[in-house]
Amino acid sequence: MASSDDRVAGSDTGEDCPCRDGMFDTLEANRRRFIFGAGSALGAASALALATLPARAAEKAPPGAVWYDVPEDPTKVPGRPVAGDGGYGTRSQFETAVRIRFPTPNANTSWSLTPLASLYGNITPSGLHFERHHNGIPTIDPSRHSLVVHGMVGTPKRFSMDDIKRLPSVTRRHFIECSGNGLTEWKSPKGKTVQQTHGLLSTSEWTGVLFSTLAREVGLKDGAKWVLGEGSDAAVMTRSIPLEKMLNDAMIVYGQNGEAVRPEQGYPLRLLLPGYEGNTNIKWLRRLQVSDKPFMTREETSKYTDLMADGKARIFTLDMDAKSVITFPSGDMKLPGPGIYTISGLAWSGRGRILSVDVSTDGGHLWYPARIESTPEPMCTVRFTFPWIWDGKPAILQSRCTDETGYIQPTLAQLLAIRGDHGPYASVYHLNSIQSWAVASDGGVSNVHA
Amino acid sequence: MFTHDLKPLVRRLLLAGAFSIGASACAFAQSASDTRIGVGTPVTKAELSKYFAIPPDGTGLPAGSGTPSEGRVVFMDNCAICHGDKLQGNPKPGFGGDRLIGGRGTLATNAPVKTVESYWPYATTLFDYVKRAMPFSAPGSLTDDQVYSVVAFILAQGHIIKPDATMNAKTLPKVQMPNRNGFVPDPRPELSLYH
Ligand code: HEC
Repeated sequence: MASSDDRVAGSDTGEDCPCRDGMFDTLEANRRRFIFGAGSALGAASALALATLPARAAEKAPPGAVWYDVPEDPTKVPGRPVAGDGGYGTRSQFETAVRIRFPTPNANTSWSLTPLASLYGNITPSGLHFERHHNGIPTIDPSRHSLVVHGMVGTPKRFSMDDIKRLPSVTRRHFIECSGNGLTEWKSPKGKTVQQTHGLLSTSEWTGVLFSTLAREVGLKDGAKWVLGEGSDAAVMTRSIPLEKMLNDAMIVYGQNGEAVRPEQGYPLRLLLPGYEGNTNIKWLRRLQVSDKPFMTREETSKYTDLMADGKARIFTLDMDAKSVITFPSGDMKLPGPGIYTISGLAWSGRGRILSVDVSTDGGHLWYPARIESTPEPMCTVRFTFPWIWDGKPAILQSRCTDETGYIQPTLAQLLAIRGDHGPYASVYHLNSIQSWAVASDGGVSNVHA
Repeated sequence: MFTHDLKPLVRRLLLAGAFSIGASACAFAQSASDTRIGVGTPVTKAELSKYFAIPPDGTGLPAGSGTPSEGRVVFMDNCAICHGDKLQGNPKPGFGGDRLIGGRGTLATNAPVKTVESYWPYATTLFDYVKRAMPFSAPGSLTDDQVYSVVAFILAQGHIIKPDATMNAKTLPKVQMPNRNGFVPDPRPELSLYH
């Protein structure tokens, strides 16, 4: 399914977005994009119907919001009552950013991408966290859910959700990135927006129990080297994880950004492997089987392997290499005119902390250090910023990060030289090269290979 | 929410030093021999029997067997709608089943075709995956005999086993897949990036 062919997220609506909205989107532009936008709950037909209705009737709240009448002057009429929302809040009706789905033929095995350009700071709102499911989102009653840990252990055990919550917990911020992030971008620039090119990346604060804690409860046997994680979805997703990783920093999480993990993210329990490719972070986790060998599941052989030009495929390519991307300005935006702009973006590494980020405005000839907005944490994104005075001439914006191992984010040319350039179904995963955004003299920003 | 008696747990937590209550006050806790907390219920073999994950050596393969000709019937009834009656795949909206055979000799070309036949290193993976996740619309609905048969059918269509071969717990792990030696460990970080 995962191939770098012509499809890009959002293209299933046939939208050829001419709406290069300015950096400060107007409400109209936002609403137009919401109604016609890819990934909106409305089909193309109903969107058209809506558009022909009087503007008033077309005012409909975006997903995650409730539409309220907008008073002329909010200081002259009482507002809404306390807890009138039933006790769980919604976002503003004026906030329209949504995930968009990649047009795979089957919506049950597909992915949706995070609208990175609409995010602030470092944490992805739980409702905008990217998705990748292999047969839909299961509905699971936590009172009937449990985690079985067995295999090469002293005492195989079943842990109820209550059991797991009684164990000492840790709370850590980590990104998850699908190793297919950017798979359309190897050959030529395909995605128009940073959501399409980099949206399989999200960051959350995760709460749960370290695997090492569970390991002591069951007792590991000598010779144990791998652990199979299994999900409780219709794909019964399985991946084999090196025990070394499991004992190093693997978490069994039930909390995401201060509340229970969202259903799309594995409710009620998810395996969290900091810095590992997204697919290994098994959602709806129901079973861990300790073993001396990997199981060679479909997901770690047929998929998530990288076929090189010599016909050999790399297997267990688990770490996500250091990567960064500018989210403002980014593809499909339009700068209103010359002047000062704060370039902003995200940087992350699966091998530790981000050490530094550089920005270039001339396609990688000159690099300047960017400012990192927060203290870098291991296997967590950082937001970087860089003040830029645009002179109105064409420019090529790039960011390049270095992680704490000293690894420097490579160029696309460097990666292609290694991974080969042999067709859309070959090496599609683990693209972590420098992204280029071209700013034209009219201020339009587009995705280019430079 | 909690139904268990917390007292033994609290005692164990104190002994394990898992909750620190001031280092000096319970310095003795550091020497506790049992660092377990004692949570979780032991599971029996019988309970575990509903789970499976079949590694290349075939451990855990169930009883039962099947042949390609039996598998043809299973495939046409349960799989062909999404994978095509020639196993060629079906990219139409709502289906999206992968192509399952062909593509041998293409992996090192500019148009590699990855299928069970050309790419998968182990036949055990096919059994495991079909039993766990297929048919996509009703996963886990086939009997073990049906899974053995449909696996035999796919392997025979891919000219990997003889058209009359029987697949069972003994024969399946012995099947030599064409791309058995096609996988190499991850060499990243790639050294040329440090030239
Ligand atoms: C409703 C459509 C549908 C039916 C019916 C169906 N499949 Fe599938 N099959 C799929 C889809 C979709 C995928 C890809 C799943 C994913 O993306 O993880 C798939 C994947 C597979 C794969 C993995 C292919 C690869 O290269 O990784 C195999 C093998 C397979 N199916 C076998 C079967 C068999 C055998 C049957 C019948 C018992 C069956 N399928 C029935 C839709 C279907």
